[in-house]
Amino acid sequence: MKQVHVDVAVIGGGPAGLAASLAARKEGAERVLIIERNTELGGILQQCIHHGFGLHRFKEELTGPEYAQRFIDFIKETDIEVMLETMVLEVTPERKIYAVNSESGMLEIHAKSIVLAMGCRERTRGALRIPGGRPAGVYSAGTAQRYVNIDGYVPGKKAVILGSGDIGLIMARRFTLEGAKVEAVVEVLPYAAGLTRNVVQCLEDYDIPLYLQSTVIEIHGNKRIEAVTIAQVDEKWNPIPGTERKIECDTLLLSVGLVPENELSSQAGVAIDPITNGPLVDDAMMTNLPGIFACGNVLHVHDLVDNVSKESERAGMYAGRYALGKSSEKARRIKVQAGENIRYVVPHEVSSEEPVEFFMRVQRPQDDVALDVGGLRRIRKTSVRPSEMLDVKITPEQLQSLEGDTLVIQIVEQ
Amino acid sequence: MKVTDKQTLTAQVVIVGGGIIGTATARELSRYNVDVLLLEAEAEVGWGTTKANSGIVHGGFHEEPGTLKAKYCFPGNQMYPQLCEELDVCFKQNGILMVGRTPEEMETVQEYYKRGTERGVKLQLLSKEELLEQEPNLDPELAGALYAPEGGSVMPFELAAALMENAVQNGVRYEVNAKVIGAWAEGGKKYLETAEKVIEADYVINAAGLFSDDLARMFGDDYFSIRPRKGEEYIFDLSVKDMVKSTIFPVPGKISKGILVIPTAAGNLMMGPTGDNVDEKEDLGTSQDGFNRVFDGAKSLVPGLDPRKIIAQFAGVRAASDRGDFIVELSPNVPGLVHLAGIESPGLTAAPAIAADVPRLLREAGLELEEKEDFNPRRSGVIRFHTLSREEQDKLVQEDPSFGRIICRCESITEGEIVDAIHRGARTLDGIKFRVRAGAGRCQGGFCQPFITQILSRELGIPVTQVTKAGPGSEQVKYEAKELSEQEVL
Repeated sequence: MKQVHVDVAVIGGGPAGLAASLAARKEGAERVLIIERNTELGGILQQCIHHGFGLHRFKEELTGPEYAQRFIDFIKETDIEVMLETMVLEVTPERKIYAVNSESGMLEIHAKSIVLAMGCRERTRGALRIPGGRPAGVYSAGTAQRYVNIDGYVPGKKAVILGSGDIGLIMARRFTLEGAKVEAVVEVLPYAAGLTRNVVQCLEDYDIPLYLQSTVIEIHGNKRIEAVTIAQVDEKWNPIPGTERKIECDTLLLSVGLVPENELSSQAGVAIDPITNGPLVDDAMMTNLPGIFACGNVLHVHDLVDNVSKESERAGMYAGRYALGKSSEKARRIKVQAGENIRYVVPHEVSSEEPVEFFMRVQRPQDDVALDVGGLRRIRKTSVRPSEMLDVKITPEQLQSLEGDTLVIQIVEQ
Repeated sequence: MKVTDKQTLTAQVVIVGGGIIGTATARELSRYNVDVLLLEAEAEVGWGTTKANSGIVHGGFHEEPGTLKAKYCFPGNQMYPQLCEELDVCFKQNGILMVGRTPEEMETVQEYYKRGTERGVKLQLLSKEELLEQEPNLDPELAGALYAPEGGSVMPFELAAALMENAVQNGVRYEVNAKVIGAWAEGGKKYLETAEKVIEADYVINAAGLFSDDLARMFGDDYFSIRPRKGEEYIFDLSVKDMVKSTIFPVPGKISKGILVIPTAAGNLMMGPTGDNVDEKEDLGTSQDGFNRVFDGAKSLVPGLDPRKIIAQFAGVRAASDRGDFIVELSPNVPGLVHLAGIESPGLTAAPAIAADVPRLLREAGLELEEKEDFNPRRSGVIRFHTLSREEQDKLVQEDPSFGRIICRCESITEGEIVDAIHRGARTLDGIKFRVRAGAGRCQGGFCQPFITQILSRELGIPVTQVTKAGPGSEQVKYEAKELSEQEVL
């Protein structure tokens, strides 16, 4: 078995892995390795050929592949090593990685620090337990996106989309542009789950109807999907009898949420937050396992890649520092707590020695409120939406003025 | 013979139906010097009721004495270890528990203990304490159990595919997408008509499952009917696979064995099945009501089950007969026609024993059967990369680099395994999923399906738009890019 020794091993070459590896190298870690299972770097960005990426980061509106390419070009200018078509099978708490590819066979990679950047997967029909038959023609939106944008095939010509997550909205427009008809986008919530700009640019601009507080209650068809029955739902998401409506279609796309892919992490013993489904991390983005860091969609699902890059640079920097033996025990541990109308906050624990940027989501939409960070900062918000992640920076000085060892982040009325 | 321009095939024995009964019979008959052809209506064998079977190899203590179910179930159970060893398929002998809750239920448990031990089934009565020590995640309110250590689990589709492969190794022919649309007896011969062919046979074995009454009627036998009975099942993610070791049965109701919690041979925990009489033989839909009943039943056995860990659900339809028992007999009206019908639970367990009884029936009908000298009972199983040690995996990739390309990330299934499955007869995405589990994991094919579609297209030499989920009509992607949006106008 081939033995490899590196300073920092980054698992995943998507936007998180790319940013983390660059930051680790910049920090001074000498051997930085990206392990990527696909045939190219860039992750899911490569199939996101629509524009809208990089507005914050580059002050430009780039497509997914363009955004990825910027980072890939940076990588090319460095001596960061890249292993493509290489699948990580196991990570141990001692920071040993087993990975396989067809060229080298099994690899045993010994890393001084590891960055978990495996991204997420889409929630499935099975997880939703949509009743009915199991015909062909039911896809998660991202799978359909790959078929259309990478492989060059259109799954069908009459589609219904369940869920108004961003990928579903983007695919509604994509199907329309490919000559297919999108009969309906159906959302169980009373508001769209994706970004407002996507609702406008992908649905409203193409007269695609969005049915809120509705869901698919049955899939019809044996070989290929023939129709779905949709119905309105009550506050508890139970279908309201009498509101059923059958819509003929040959395709059903599901855009019903993303789940961080933490099977490798859990196997290694990384503690997982049941709300985010991602690791619990401190302000260095380090998990409960020393030297194992996490960032990007494996940590919590983001809506903007710009935030992924920013978060991952922090993880990469600290992973580099750890590999160099420069990280020190923190004197003070402050627990971060999600308060009123906050669903979760990352990181979960901070010291008062490093500047920190918190990422969080609200539970429900609210207007004219303020985001209160433990009384240290209070920021006015004209609106907060579960689909739009909030972030706020706090300095070590501000943290040092905190009394007690819990920091509560909450939404307060103005 | 009727005049037709269809291609004509002949065979001494034609088996109609490639489910577990048809494939087990094909393999059994391949021991003899007899020319056998199997016809399967679907795109692959094992595709009907078998595919959706719970996969339990029953202990053999449930069945009422004097029934054919009793005649074949326990002997079938006893054949499983050798059968699975010969075919190199997974047989997880993890035992079966029938648990009781009330004093009345414990009395019933005692009765089954008596029934089973009289038959020779190895059984053990467990006290509450012994039960909870063996299965700590069961409801602590349970009073005790009957334990059948020789019960177990197989993957029914894997077994049917392996039986067919081994039968083919020994000379049996088979055709898929060959639904029988007409059948008749004439001049001592029997004829079966499919969309493309007419097959002339001396003997016909009706193993047509849900459609066995339809086939019987074509021959003029209308003395039994199939009463389709649907069962819904729900599969959990591998992360909760260790909640129970054995398959957990409640004390059975009148119609079915109740809702079970099943550690499948594939490793996932499963709960089900319902048992609902349905009108349509192909009604494979699941329902909210079905889920509620399954979950309530399963939760009463294993309270810690978390519905959020469910990754897939499916339904199958049992080919129960109006006789309430198996039908394993020669047609009283058509010489040389054998009915293997009404094979509901415990049909999978009984299958090897039923198949082993078919030569007797054929001999009774006048067929001379002579054992072949060169019958090879062994079939080499598929390589399962994820079950190998790191060293073995390394060695395998050095020998064949296609095992170094992981296609299904959730289950760590390699390109090598997928190509092997295609070479063994997989023709569809579901065929690959059932053979090697690519796409059977937590993402349900979200990531790997486009890749497997490409591999199927490449290996079968067909366009991607002709790759199907489960046979003709279930094409995966229907159009090339621009096919819908651009038109030739000049």
